[in-house]
Amino acid sequence: MTVPAVALLAVFAYVPMLGNIIAWQSYSPYQGFLHSPFVGWDNFERVFNNPAFLHAVENTLTITVFQLVFFFPVPIFLALLLNSVISPRIRTTIQSIVYLPHFFSWVLVVTIFQQIFGGAGLINQTLRSNGLDGSVDLMTNPDTFLVLITSQAIWKDAGWGIIIFLAALSTVSPELYEASVVDGANRWRRMWHVTLPALRPVIVLLLILRLGDALTVGFEQLILQRDAVGADVSEVIDTYVYYQGVIYGDWSFAAAAGLVKGVVSLALVLGANKLAHVFGESGVYKRA
Amino acid sequence: MSGTTPEISAEGAVIPRDIADDAAGRRPRRPRRNKYRPVWEEKPSAVGQVTKFVVLSVVVLAVLFPLWTVVVTSLSTTQETISAGGLVVVPGDLTFNAYKQILSGGVVTRAAIVSVGITAVGTFISVVVSVLAAYGLSRPGSFGHRPILFVFLITMFFGAGMIPTYLLVSSLNLIDTYWALILPGAVSAFNVLILRNFFMGIDQAILDAARIDGAGEWRVLAKIVLPMSRAVVAVIALFYGVGYWNAFFNAMLYINDNAKWPLQLVLRSYVLQGVTLPGSGTGQVDVGTGAVTGMPIKMAVMILAIVPILVVYPFVQRHFTKGVIFGAVKG
Repeated sequence: MTVPAVALLAVFAYVPMLGNIIAWQSYSPYQGFLHSPFVGWDNFERVFNNPAFLHAVENTLTITVFQLVFFFPVPIFLALLLNSVISPRIRTTIQSIVYLPHFFSWVLVVTIFQQIFGGAGLINQTLRSNGLDGSVDLMTNPDTFLVLITSQAIWKDAGWGIIIFLAALSTVSPELYEASVVDGANRWRRMWHVTLPALRPVIVLLLILRLGDALTVGFEQLILQRDAVGADVSEVIDTYVYYQGVIYGDWSFAAAAGLVKGVVSLALVLGANKLAHVFGESGVYKRA
Repeated sequence: MSGTTPEISAEGAVIPRDIADDAAGRRPRRPRRNKYRPVWEEKPSAVGQVTKFVVLSVVVLAVLFPLWTVVVTSLSTTQETISAGGLVVVPGDLTFNAYKQILSGGVVTRAAIVSVGITAVGTFISVVVSVLAAYGLSRPGSFGHRPILFVFLITMFFGAGMIPTYLLVSSLNLIDTYWALILPGAVSAFNVLILRNFFMGIDQAILDAARIDGAGEWRVLAKIVLPMSRAVVAVIALFYGVGYWNAFFNAMLYINDNAKWPLQLVLRSYVLQGVTLPGSGTGQVDVGTGAVTGMPIKMAVMILAIVPILVVYPFVQRHFTKGVIFGAVKG
C-alpha cells in the first residue's frame, strides 16, 4: 500500500537529492547529469567567496533572529490570554477567527498589506483626507522592511501558532492548580510554576523545528516583495539560489549554494535536538 | 464565593444554581459568564478584564477589518472607490458587477477553473496516496516497515533543494503542464505521519475482529479504519487542498505560459503588481460606462481567492487541534 507514496517520494525527493551531484559539476543542460564534466569543489569555493551570497546569508540570519525575538513569543502570549478566557463559546469564536489567515496564500497576505500600508493604501488615504502628509510607503521602505515582514508573518501565522500551546494547556491537570492554590499561590505564581512549565516541552520542540528552518525564511513572502523593496535587504539564501539558478542559468553554482543551506539546516536540527536531550527534554525525536 | 451563588440544600450540600433551579422547577436563569470558573480561582480585577477584552478585540479586528474592507470594496462601484481614494470602509452603493465581469469568461475565470481543477485532482491524489501509505506504515509487522518509515522521515529533515528539483521537473518534460503543480509535492511525509499516528491509535481488537471475519487489508481500511478517521482525513485533505490552492511559487517556477496560470499568479500580476488585466480594465479608470473597473475588480479577484477556503473552513475547523496534535507527536 505504501508503493505509490514511496514511488512519488523516490522520484520527487530522492532523485533530486542525487541530482545535487551537479554541485560538483560544471553542469550544462545539453550534457545533462551524466555527461557534464566534474570540477571538484570549485562551485563551493565560488559560493563561499561570493559577497552577494554572504550578504544573502547575513540577511537570512538577521530576519530569522528578528522573527525569533518578535514573532515566536506572540503565539505563546496569545494562547495564555485565550486560555484565561472562561466562556468556551467566546474562546472558540476567537480561535476560529485567528486561525483563518494561516490559510491565505502569501500573495493574498502581501496584497492585503499593500492595500492597507502601501503608498496608495488605506492608511495614507486616511492621513490625506485628514490633511496630513500621506506619503509614507511602508511597502517599499528598506529601513522598515524587517518590521513589515515580521508583522505580515504575525498576521498570517501567530493565530495558527497558538493551537499547539492551547492543546498543551488543556492537558494540565486542574489538581495542580488546586494544590498550588492551597499552598497560597496567586494567579501569577500559578502561571509561573504550573502553566509555563507545562508549556516548556512544546516551546523547546517548536524552537528546534524553527532552528531547522532558520535558513528558510518566508521564501514566497520575500520573493513577492523583493522587487518593491530592493535586493539589498530582501535577498535571502533561497531567493539568491532562485535567481542564480533559474533566472541566470548558473545551475551548478546555485545547486552548491542550495546544498550548503540544506546541510547546515540539517546540522542545526540535529544539533538543537541533541542540546534538548542534554537539557532533559524529549525534543523532536527520541534517542535511537 | 464568587460568581454563581450556589444554594444550600437541606442536607447542607452545595448545589450549583442551575441544578437547583431545575430541581425546584424554576425557569433556569441565563447562565452567568463565570459559571465555568473553578471555585478556587479569584475573580479577575476590573482592570485585568478590560485589558483582556481590549487586547482580544484588537486581535480579532486586526484579522477581520482588512477582510471587511476588501469585501466592501469588491462590492462597490468604481465611483465609490475613487471618492474613497482606494479601499472603501463604509459601504455605499453596492453592486455585484465586478464579480459578473471577472466571472464572465476571460483571464480570471480561466485561472479560477485551473486552480479548482488542480486543487481537486491534486487533493484527491495526495489524500489517497497518503492514506494508503499511512495505513501500510501503521501495521507493525508489515514488510519493510521500518526502512520505509525512515525513507519518509528523511524527507522531513533534508530537502533536495530547488535547483535539482527544477531540473528534474524540466527533464521529465513537465514544464508548462499542470502535473508539475501536483506531482512534486503530492506526498507530504508530515501528513502521512499524522495519519499514521491516528491509525495506530485505533483499537487493534476491532481490526483483529474484522480480520477473523475474513476481511482483507483493503476491506479493513475501507470499511473500518476510514469511517473511524473521517475527522483526521478531513483535516489532512484541507491541508493538502489549501496547499494546492495557494501554491504560488511552484506555479511561478513551472508554468511559463500565462494561458495556464492558476489564480495565485493572476492575483500577483494583476492585483499586486498592477498589470492591466486584459478586457477587465484593472488598470485604467473608466468612469461613466457603467462597467466596474479598477479597485472593485482587483478586490473581487482577491475575494475569489479566499472564498473556497471560507466555504470549507467551518466544516473542518473544529478538527484542527486533533490534526495538529497528532502531527506534533512524531514517531
